[in-house]
Amino acid sequence: MTKKVPVTISPKKSRREFIKKVKELSGQNLQLCYQCGLCSGNCPAATNMDISPRRIIELARLGLEEEIANSKTVWICASCLACAVNCPRGFDLSRVMEAIRLLTLRKNIDHVRPEDIPLEERCELPQIAMVSGLRKFTG
Amino acid sequence: MSLAYYPGCTLKTRARNLEESAVASMEALGLKLDEVPKWNCCGAVYSLADDDLIHRVAPVRNLIRVKKQGKTELVTLCAFCLNTLKRANLLMRQDVEKRDTLNRFIDEGIDYSGEVKVVHLLEVLRDEIGWEALAQKVKLPLHGLKAAPYYGCTLLRPREIAIDNVENPTVLGDFLGALGASPVDFPESTRCCGSYQVVGDPGDIAEYARPILNSASSHGAEALVLTCPLCDYNLGRGQKELLKKQSGFREMPLLYFTQLLALALGLGSRICHFELNHGSSESLLRAKNLLSQGESVRPIGG
Repeated sequence: MTKKVPVTISPKKSRREFIKKVKELSGQNLQLCYQCGLCSGNCPAATNMDISPRRIIELARLGLEEEIANSKTVWICASCLACAVNCPRGFDLSRVMEAIRLLTLRKNIDHVRPEDIPLEERCELPQIAMVSGLRKFTG
Repeated sequence: MSLAYYPGCTLKTRARNLEESAVASMEALGLKLDEVPKWNCCGAVYSLADDDLIHRVAPVRNLIRVKKQGKTELVTLCAFCLNTLKRANLLMRQDVEKRDTLNRFIDEGIDYSGEVKVVHLLEVLRDEIGWEALAQKVKLPLHGLKAAPYYGCTLLRPREIAIDNVENPTVLGDFLGALGASPVDFPESTRCCGSYQVVGDPGDIAEYARPILNSASSHGAEALVLTCPLCDYNLGRGQKELLKKQSGFREMPLLYFTQLLALALGLGSRICHFELNHGSSESLLRAKNLLSQGESVRPIGG
């Protein structure tokens, strides 16, 4: 007689919590995406990303927080919105990228520590770069 | 006639070449740019999180000060400032609950509900002056200058605040045409320059710049025309690295649209502050007979 293996069809509580937070912060319906990949095709930084923009949506709606957290993709996104204006479903991936960044930054974990930016860089970078960079990379 | 004007931080330092040429040009066109009293930094980037109201305070406070100034329209030059102010303004128009929270929090004495219209200077030139009227004011036509309009991201995205068609913008090309230049269309004119990534990973900036500069160059552009101080910084820094890394890479002069406006209106080169530009913009303009050997412009046909 074959042993019965339980099949889980609903995500674990931790995964559900992650999905809920991403939806709340981004205001986006993750189920809208039908995975056509236009976001990845239009992203000017996709070649530098270890997980493509399209896959980030899929991982986010499966609640796979760890996979996303270990990826550098959300920190490479420059919020240029090339994905958003080209999405045939009206989905704004840049808001999901921001939500995932904030889930780290709001734990008081900065992606860039201002004190680690070399002094010559701090003198060289214009205000527009410093303000926008520190807004996106620090909590 | 005067227009409320929001400069933003970088225009007072690194991008004085963007600001001073604009202020002088608009005065020559009969419009005074009247700086918003006590303006503060707009925050540079618009927060994309729904619950992040604290970062809306800075742009909304500026808009309230425009209302207090008694103006109904606010002009910006910096594409980032335009984006942040226009999106915050849209939120104040559309989201009653967040508007009320922000109005309760910001203690400026009056409530604000998005009454001010936020526009970019290119929109003033296109919609309030018009290309034909502008062309008639040109004293030094930029004949022979093959200039590629580079829009970047923030003038056009997201769609609801775009100053032109998102897929096929023409405003900057039309502007160059009115000044007598030859606009060069190229497919990467709306591709991101890397934006704030220069803070997190400056080493990658050349790779953002490479496709933009190579594409403009291969389409015959002699210069790239910009509206954003961060695009200017990233493309300038990127091409310095590309000159070392890519054999045969040709330096591309970067010019602000307002510098070309000032030159074409016959205001001379001093107001343009070419010393702040990346690349050999002055030698290109001199080769096109748009600058004299000295400080002043050599007028063509009076």
